[in-house]
Amino acid sequence: MSDAMEFAPRSFTEAETPMVELKGVSRRFSKKLDIAAKLARRLGVDVKEEIVHAVDKVDLRVRKGEVVGLVGESGCGKSTLGRIVAGILPQSDGHVFWNGQDVESLPGEAARNAKLKRQMIFQDPYASLNPRMRVADIVGEAPLVHGLVRRGDFDDYVDEQMRRAGLDPNFKRRYPHQFSGGQRQRIGIARALAVQPEFIVCDEAVAALDVSIQAQILNLFMRLRRELDLTYLFISHDLGVVEHLSDRVVIMYLGRVVEEAPTETIFRRANHPYTRSLLDSVPRIENRKRAFAVVKGEIPSPLNPPSGCHFHPRCPLAFDRCRVEVPKLKDVSAGHRSACHLNDAA
Amino acid sequence: MADAPTPAAPQGAPTLEVRNLRTHFFTRAGVVKAVDDVSFTVGRGKVLGLVGESGSGKSVTGFSVMGLVDPPGRVVSGQILFKGQDLAKLSDEEMRKLRGNRIAMIFQDPMMTLNPVLRVDTQMIETVLAHEKVPEEEARRRARDALGMVGIPSPEERLKSYPHQFSGGMRQRVAIAIALLHRPDLIVADEPTTALDVTIQGQILAEVQKLAATTGTSLIWITHDLSVVAGLADDIAVMYAGKIVEHGDVGEVLDKPLHPYTHGLIGSVPSRNRRGEPLRQIPGMTPSLLSLAPGCAFRARCPRAAADCVEMPELHPWRPDRLARCHHPHLENVEQVA
Ligand SMILES: Nc1ncnc2c1ncn2[C@@H]1O[C@H](COP(=O)(O)OP(=O)(O)OP(=O)(O)O)[C@@H](O)[C@H]1O
Ligand SMILES: Nc1ncnc2c1ncn2[C@@H]1O[C@H](COP(=O)(O)OP(=O)(O)OP(=O)(O)O)[C@@H](O)[C@H]1O
Ligand code: SF4
Ligand code: SF4
Ligand SMILES: [Mg+2]
Ligand SMILES: [Mg+2]
Repeated sequence: MSDAMEFAPRSFTEAETPMVELKGVSRRFSKKLDIAAKLARRLGVDVKEEIVHAVDKVDLRVRKGEVVGLVGESGCGKSTLGRIVAGILPQSDGHVFWNGQDVESLPGEAARNAKLKRQMIFQDPYASLNPRMRVADIVGEAPLVHGLVRRGDFDDYVDEQMRRAGLDPNFKRRYPHQFSGGQRQRIGIARALAVQPEFIVCDEAVAALDVSIQAQILNLFMRLRRELDLTYLFISHDLGVVEHLSDRVVIMYLGRVVEEAPTETIFRRANHPYTRSLLDSVPRIENRKRAFAVVKGEIPSPLNPPSGCHFHPRCPLAFDRCRVEVPKLKDVSAGHRSACHLNDAA
Repeated sequence: MADAPTPAAPQGAPTLEVRNLRTHFFTRAGVVKAVDDVSFTVGRGKVLGLVGESGSGKSVTGFSVMGLVDPPGRVVSGQILFKGQDLAKLSDEEMRKLRGNRIAMIFQDPMMTLNPVLRVDTQMIETVLAHEKVPEEEARRRARDALGMVGIPSPEERLKSYPHQFSGGMRQRVAIAIALLHRPDLIVADEPTTALDVTIQGQILAEVQKLAATTGTSLIWITHDLSVVAGLADDIAVMYAGKIVEHGDVGEVLDKPLHPYTHGLIGSVPSRNRRGEPLRQIPGMTPSLLSLAPGCAFRARCPRAAADCVEMPELHPWRPDRLARCHHPHLENVEQVA
């Protein structure tokens, strides 16, 4: 199998200019009022639109060539953050930098280029592929529109993209429904790579696949990373997958980053109580007939998050300050940041 | 919780014994042999993990045991012995009486069990009264106890809620509580935690583990997640293309798989690989059940395939309690090292 080639975990220095950087990025969504609520408001009743802070003042840096894993439970804002990073969703506040430049300040051509260089691959390849388009057009349309390939070279170009993603070019006249789940994910990958990006956001890109197919796709991602010098933001709720392929891991809880560190550090010496609870909850194939660890309580609604540290109602170590003050993300060692008040007490 | 009357099982009979079960779907495109000659046993208080990839026949096996296979599907042959009694021979009416009482099912989507327009107490009390004549107060008490058992805080209050007022994880707990109302002898759980977050999954698995240990309820836990089975199950059965290809003690099978498919499956789990190195992968894809070539269904993907694999192998006991359906199993995994 050509996908099975070695790649080594990498480490990065803090000094490099990140390829992508977010500073103080927030994204709010308003839950629209229904007609009854609108009427009531017009009659003078105090009804407010509910605001979801999907992403709340997030700082994030991804360096060239790095694979950053983004982990967190459902609704914590991973996809929202991924879309902002990929440039397909505007932030409400804060700034997004591409190779050190604020993307909002880039002139037309450079802005378009910065956008093309960032591509996204989604969980459900079926929903993200137009069912009425043939694979050749799904893969080749954007490069044609953006002038990356001339019409005369179109067929060869599409063949090459398909082959690289492990698809047989003989099937390029087929439609998405004529492929299996794993093959559809390969079409999504071929499409994203066809515009020659440098940075890929993978949003739960293997979550819907069987383990044996998942391994094929993960190996493909890692081979492509090496061959094309790609940088990844890899969003997943599967800690095993993230541990396997990330250089660095970022943990989110209810819209905020609570911890980030090199992968080994997260899995060996996690600092944040939430990260530790999360790691304890993950079933592992090595653990036989063991008592499952339990984090108490439910994930709170993002519409009405707890005060102070969002994790305090579930945290076994919470104390008074946690209920009133938001902990800041601070260095606990080189390249390791955590947002927990306990780090001040020490 | 008062025990419901339990028919006396023949001496030593396991809770469930499935023998040579075949469930086929008669579709326009052809006959889909979704379950094809499946046999397994679940002892009292034991958990059987049923794993395999998408379309391998896990759910249809579960539905067959529950008597819930709808046309164009049909159990075409085999025995489903529940405490010695063959469920495949029961009338729909007899089966309905058993279902939700002595045997219960939990689905991936809890709304398959819950009625969205009824309050939780109404549904639970109705469920109790459907199978037993007890005063309503007694039924309510049982509902409250069952909610407590699955770790729902302030169950008295929660009983007055509608399903939509619960989170996904809480809804699944309510569905499990309903399955527990009659302290069934057997629960078939079909991917019940797959859609849940890991911290919530951990809570539910912990409760389920406690239940199996304390109430003697037997469980068939269907999942594609080997890690969940590793922590929860006593035995594991691995399905591929409608057949069980390997069966045995969970630790034995996961540490020393005999069948090349099991071997490949375990090998492709990320934590079983060195970080940064390519994952071991099984080449190719799952075959279509409509166009299965004769012989071993794993043949096209199998690194050990040989000429004799065009003959379908039997599920053979290569070692005591170690079954594998393969002509060339990984016996080196189970050789005694002196
Ligand atoms: N377009 C939208 N309109 C309103 N609310 C939204 C929108 N998109 C996301 N949200 C809300 O923002 C929060 C974060 O959602 P997001 O999809 O980013 O989470 P996630 O971490 O990707 O979750 P999952 O693991 O379930 O994919 C959620 O509460 C979600 O309901
Ligand atoms: N109503 C039906 N009509 C025709 N074929 C069916 C029907 N229900 C199931 N099948 C087929 O039976 C086979 C087994 O399906 P089953 O749902 O048991 O798989 P599974 O192992 O539970 O997969 P998954 O992990 O995706 O849930 C599949 O090939 C499926 O297409
Ligand atoms: S700040 Fe307080 S509540 Fe939050 S994680 Fe730290 S100890 Fe727990
Ligand atoms: S019977 Fe042959 S093809 Fe099938 S799993 Fe065994 S060695 Fe492989
Ligand atoms: Mg998401
Ligand atoms: Mg199923």
